Amino acid sequence: MPTTTTTDQVEPVVTEALISFGADADQITPEATFEALDVDSLDLAEMAQIIDDKFGVELNGNDVKDIKTIGDLVALVVARAA
Amino acid sequence: MREVVVTGVGAVTPLGVGARTLHERWSAGVCGVRDGEAPCTDFEATDFLSIKEARRADRFTQLAIVASEEARQDAGWGEELPYDASEVGCILGTGIGGIGTIETNHIKLESDGPGGVSPLAVPLMMSNAGAAALAMRHGLRGQCFGVVSACAAGGHAIGSAMRAIQCGDAIAVVTGGSEAALTPLSRAAFGALAATSVSGVSRPFDLHRDGFVMGEGAGVLVLEDGEAARARGARILAIARGYGATCDAFHLTAPDDAGIGQAAAITAALRDAGLAAEGIDYVNAHGTSTPLNDRAETLALKRALGPRAHEIPVSSTKSAIGHLLGAAGAVEAVATILALRDRVAPPTLGHVEADPELDLDFVPDTARPLALPADRRPVALSNSFGFGGHNAVLCLQAA
Repeated sequence: MPTTTTTDQVEPVVTEALISFGADADQITPEATFEALDVDSLDLAEMAQIIDDKFGVELNGNDVKDIKTIGDLVALVVARAA
Repeated sequence: MREVVVTGVGAVTPLGVGARTLHERWSAGVCGVRDGEAPCTDFEATDFLSIKEARRADRFTQLAIVASEEARQDAGWGEELPYDASEVGCILGTGIGGIGTIETNHIKLESDGPGGVSPLAVPLMMSNAGAAALAMRHGLRGQCFGVVSACAAGGHAIGSAMRAIQCGDAIAVVTGGSEAALTPLSRAAFGALAATSVSGVSRPFDLHRDGFVMGEGAGVLVLEDGEAARARGARILAIARGYGATCDAFHLTAPDDAGIGQAAAITAALRDAGLAAEGIDYVNAHGTSTPLNDRAETLALKRALGPRAHEIPVSSTKSAIGHLLGAAGAVEAVATILALRDRVAPPTLGHVEADPELDLDFVPDTARPLALPADRRPVALSNSFGFGGHNAVLCLQAA
């Protein structure tokens, strides 16, 4: 059974989470930064929990401290899931 | 000590959103109790707050934010604070804090294990979350903390805010109380104590009272140094004349049955205000509708006020909105201030059959104008008593 996690799978999960956090759906693009979307450390802690739940990928504070954009986050999850 | 004035009030209660809504509906005899509880049915947080702000707040904090926004606007504070932010504090009482958040996350813990518990659980459940949220929303950088003293928390918060201004620690303080404890655990727990009404009716001081009806809501006041408020041309609603706080040191839940501790708090508030019993025109009672409170409070009023206790109207806001626990003292201070402004004693609703032991003028059913000389600015006491024997009494005067 294939277990590969793809960008197409991760992106909608991340987008849905961001919208539930209160981000403007129109502004959510791979290039959008967390700062521009007003995503802070508490949002990222919630995001990490959702990603763990959906993809079995554990992210901690060190993992996310250097990523700046939505695309970075999706790529990290895809890489970790591989 | 410096004079402390009230320049703004806000409330979210079972009678609706808004301090004036509370005052007008209570005075008109409207009761917010439905099926044995008093929820803020019309309150939807996202009508007032962004999605982010709403989900970063337990309901008790959401209620407080909305009440604080009203109070701030009522005080005439614009986008910019009228004072240096470091001299504006925030002191907010609650009985329990974010119990809804605790319960939701406990269910997740049981079903999904530790990984199911939200990272937002702690910041939402902590009892100081309301104070922190108000400080962030309004940019208040002076002293800021939560006050926890069960059903006296709102009164203690306002009293502490008065002291902060009187001592010069702050020029202004946003203060009050908030509670949102209409949750399964809370209902069961108060029910197990036999504190809540089995009949589901709030009828303070009535012969057939059988416990309190739990409600939810928030009350927020803007207190300012009187001199500073006048210098900025503020509309002044009321003067915070006095504050008295004591403890029964008697029983974990029952009041001292002779009302000694409560009377001492009333006496302390009068002394702080520099007034004798004759100076009081109205009492906004704690009046929970429990057999024990209403009896002890009646004794305390007679003990502290002497014959004057029989001459003045005494009514309970809880007859209209139930018991708001840690928010009660603050919401009732707001209701008292607007009653003083309109020189009216709002009614004790549901008071049908007098208890022969409770022989004060409880203003049954219908509001009544305060009988006063035209030039007298009426003064009221607002009582708040909590489990733990905590007693907090405020003395407020119309501006």
